[in-house]
Amino acid sequence: MPISRRDFLKVTGAGLGALALPAAPVSASTTEIATDATASMLYDSTICVGCRACQVACKRRAGLPPDVDPSGLYEMPHDLDSKTWTIIKLYKDQNSDSFVKNQCMHCIHPACVSVCPVGALEKLESGPVIYHRERCIGCRYCMAACPFSVPKTEWEKPLPFIQKCDFCADLQANGEQPKCSEACPTGALIYGTRKAMLDIARGRLVGEGNYVQHIYGEKEAGGTSMVYISDLDFTKLGFPEQSDVSLPDITWPYMQGTLGVIGVMVTLSTAIYLRTHRKDKNGNNGNNGSNGNNQPPKGKEA
Amino acid sequence: MAVRLGEIRLRRYPLGPGMILVWVLAALGMGVAVYRWIYGLGATTNLSDGRPWGLWISFDMMSGIGLAAGAFTVAAVVYIFNLKKFYPIVRATILTGFISYTLAALTLMVDLSQPQRIWHLIIYWNIHSPLFEIGWCVMLYLTVLALEFSPVLFDALNWKVPLKIIRAITIPLIIAGVTLSTMHQSTLGTMLTILPDKIHPLFYSRLFPLYFYLTAIAAGLAMTVFESFHSSRTYGYPFEIKMLSKLVKGIPWVLGIYFVIRLAELFITGKYLYLLQGGAPAVMFIIEMVGGVLVPILYFSDPNTRNDVHGITWGAFFTMGGLILNRVNAALIFMDGSFYLPSWQELAVTVGLTCLGLIMFDAAVRFLPMFPEPTPKAVKRL
Ligand code: SF4
Ligand code: SF4
Repeated sequence: MPISRRDFLKVTGAGLGALALPAAPVSASTTEIATDATASMLYDSTICVGCRACQVACKRRAGLPPDVDPSGLYEMPHDLDSKTWTIIKLYKDQNSDSFVKNQCMHCIHPACVSVCPVGALEKLESGPVIYHRERCIGCRYCMAACPFSVPKTEWEKPLPFIQKCDFCADLQANGEQPKCSEACPTGALIYGTRKAMLDIARGRLVGEGNYVQHIYGEKEAGGTSMVYISDLDFTKLGFPEQSDVSLPDITWPYMQGTLGVIGVMVTLSTAIYLRTHRKDKNGNNGNNGSNGNNQPPKGKEA
Repeated sequence: MAVRLGEIRLRRYPLGPGMILVWVLAALGMGVAVYRWIYGLGATTNLSDGRPWGLWISFDMMSGIGLAAGAFTVAAVVYIFNLKKFYPIVRATILTGFISYTLAALTLMVDLSQPQRIWHLIIYWNIHSPLFEIGWCVMLYLTVLALEFSPVLFDALNWKVPLKIIRAITIPLIIAGVTLSTMHQSTLGTMLTILPDKIHPLFYSRLFPLYFYLTAIAAGLAMTVFESFHSSRTYGYPFEIKMLSKLVKGIPWVLGIYFVIRLAELFITGKYLYLLQGGAPAVMFIIEMVGGVLVPILYFSDPNTRNDVHGITWGAFFTMGGLILNRVNAALIFMDGSFYLPSWQELAVTVGLTCLGLIMFDAAVRFLPMFPEPTPKAVKRL
């Protein structure tokens, strides 16, 4: 019987891993943000009718090229990619079906921001995780590290950049809402502060409807700005079984430990060196101190 | 047959069918790399949005740097621990390190989407990123290795003053090298710790930094055996089996500690359940732990195999293979993502770069006094 990795991590999360981490209770969040006030969206899959108005509005605003067939006719994209920042997908089995929207989750503690070696990804105080293409070196660590596999890249180009949803950060800065939630005719996708979104979500879970009693994104990966409710199991909708660990919190203590490593290694090496070279100094008239150490030892040959 | 050109000794170049093949493959690899720079990753690799890292990262980068750890280990053994009997292999080991890191940097230039911006690492900082630390360490360590190796060059050219300067700072250089290596060898492991839900639990561990460090030390030492094997076979240098067998005595200790901790982790965290579950992860885990860890421990702890040319060489191959398998398992095979097999272009670049490394090593052995003070007898054999 397969063991769910999620359950597993719950059981063992506090095990040896915690033991091995350098004791550093400092939070790794790249920017401390007030979680309640951060910009957020709630997607209710039971309301979405799959009109894809959000998807189209997104492409238009971001200036992303359409997917076209060989004769130039527009086609539906079939996954997030460098030309598609958000997409509506449909889950269907014999008894049930449900639409689901994908885009960057704008994590509270974004793995992508913490791993980017050149700081090309940034978590804004207001909530969006944005990309500074002028910095990016294209290591694609963000793509590997993102728990939701959101960042995509322009493989077909000689010098590809990363492409992902920016939560319409520019519009938000002007006090407007993102184009996708603005375009949504049914209210399946709404925009507000994270607290407001979670309150609405909780209200709906206890109200009418067959909701799964879980708000996806409330805790996943340490919490995300995009939160979801649904009447179907979230794994069916393509969401990964994500542990609640804030991912940057795993690596940051190690990174902080670097200074300790430097200290220990330099001290240790010097101490050992001094100890192992004591006799030489006395015996060899100081010859070893200044220029002797890179010489082949006398009497030895290759 | 050594020709003396000033102080530079020209040795007979080992031009045989093998070496010609090496040149051809290196040229092919470079050609493909140029093609990749012009047409991009999409046109040349099997990488995709679901598989952003492939062969170049898991094998060339992660394994390549791991195998190059011999440079700092041997340098520490000789200069810090003052075990001068190992001096004869220092130069070759440092050279291998230098070449391996150069190759890793070249691989990065092939793999990055924006290779022309690699210098951004210097001006844009993100101290939260393991890759940022690795980038800096590799840059600095490459410099340290070049300086550590420079006496060989100055020696050959008979430049007295620079030689004096370098010799005066040898020890600080070695200590810097040891420290930088400890940092980035373990940080390569840290890099993968941020993927707890994407790497299969049998291969994921929060102890990655420790595991990567230990296996790198073991495989780095094993690599020195391989170098000596290569030099003795190709150039008729004596295979320093007595010395090497003393050096590899350390490997069972290092791998032993690694083995015990990794098994303990397996049981303490309950991950052994995945072993019972069977399937590819369990099989690969066992192959990795038996073939790449237990077998080398056995090879190197038995004095008979350790002192036998075949025994020690095979033991070294198993150790190196173990490290490669470990990195590839964690960073490629058992990392969630789209199906992936490297394209022929990716393979060509990997093979080509390895061949380039061999060519560089051979050039150094040919032109430079790599193994200190060849005796008249050794010179005569060439
Ligand atoms: S979903 Fe992925 S890309 Fe978006 S913020 Fe989180 S880690 Fe970054
Ligand atoms: S690909 Fe670009 S944005 Fe992503 S981690 Fe690398 S440098 Fe940062």
